Amino acid sequence: MVSANTEVAYNSKVEGAIVPTTLDSAINWIRSNSMWPMPMGLACCAIELMAVASSRFDIARFGAEVMRFSPRQSDCMIVAGTVTYKMAPHLRRIYDQMAAPKWVIAMGACASSGGMYRSYATLQGVDRIVPVDVYVSGCPPRPEALLDALIKLQNKVKGEQSFKRLSA
Amino acid sequence: MTAPVDVTAALQAKFSQITPRPTLDHPAINVPPTEVIAVLKYLRDEFAYDFLMDITAIDWAEGVSPRFTVVWHLHSTQTHTYIRVAADCASDTEPSVPTAVELWPGANWHERETWDLMGVAFKGHPDLRRILMWDEYPYHPLRKDFPLAGIETALPDLEVAEETQAKVLPAPMVGGPFVASSAGEISPSDAEPRAKDESWNELREKPDTPNGLTPTA
Repeated sequence: MVSANTEVAYNSKVEGAIVPTTLDSAINWIRSNSMWPMPMGLACCAIELMAVASSRFDIARFGAEVMRFSPRQSDCMIVAGTVTYKMAPHLRRIYDQMAAPKWVIAMGACASSGGMYRSYATLQGVDRIVPVDVYVSGCPPRPEALLDALIKLQNKVKGEQSFKRLSA
Repeated sequence: MTAPVDVTAALQAKFSQITPRPTLDHPAINVPPTEVIAVLKYLRDEFAYDFLMDITAIDWAEGVSPRFTVVWHLHSTQTHTYIRVAADCASDTEPSVPTAVELWPGANWHERETWDLMGVAFKGHPDLRRILMWDEYPYHPLRKDFPLAGIETALPDLEVAEETQAKVLPAPMVGGPFVASSAGEISPSDAEPRAKDESWNELREKPDTPNGLTPTA
């Protein structure tokens, strides 16, 4: 029961089904709570990505269980695994085919910096070819670490000025 | 169960040019490259070495002749023994040996890897192309004259290279190989591999010696 002094912003008897808010808040809320990942599962981190999607750690709580392997249908590319120089151009092409708005999570040591592979064959960090929003350390990161990264990404998205960029 | 010595002796009786190879673990033989397929087939059929474990190559050094030696590791699942077969390549500039793909289909990728990383061609291989590096990569990375970190080349795809301005750069080696310190008991803080020389890294230059002279390379 609400007393007369405390006016709750949304009173369903008065407002009905209308919620006033800013466009940015609404857009960001929608985007962050339905962040469909494009799993670029290249190596062992993909196993932890699968674990995150399974019932114990449950990425579905965050709206991200829809692992769309098509770049056209996804929002966030999770680079999970070692990127070799042979794979790097194909990864960039997949990133280019994703529709804006798009984000990238570099999961694990290999995607963040090349990891243990300081060699002629491994790209030293996927941020050399795609812009990365969140880096997750670990080899492989715990599933909870990936969920933490997803939450960080959600918070980043919630702070964006989406309306300004809509027409761009 | 055939003792390993019998295998070597039986092989030497049939193929006259086989010599035993110095070894610490399993019996090993040197064969000339022209005989190697016949020897492998004989081992597979007569002595039940039915499992090809590995095909690899050794690059001795740039001036040494013979420069490349190709090594096959065989295992017998019935007698549980191993044998190593090694053959020096005739040519130092374009090393090649015959393929073992007809004997063991699993040799396919091992031979592709040896071609990719060492440059040893396998005559008769159905699909000899690189397996780790991309097809147009100009070097063979595990040769002795290839630097550990790599050589700068362009990315395999021109469009992507232009778009990202990324190149295949030598990996930062920052003070030497990363090794765990190995001095008797390893405490948990020492067990993590660190650069052998921690006096410099990508952000911090190598310090001069105390009396003001720069250290020699």
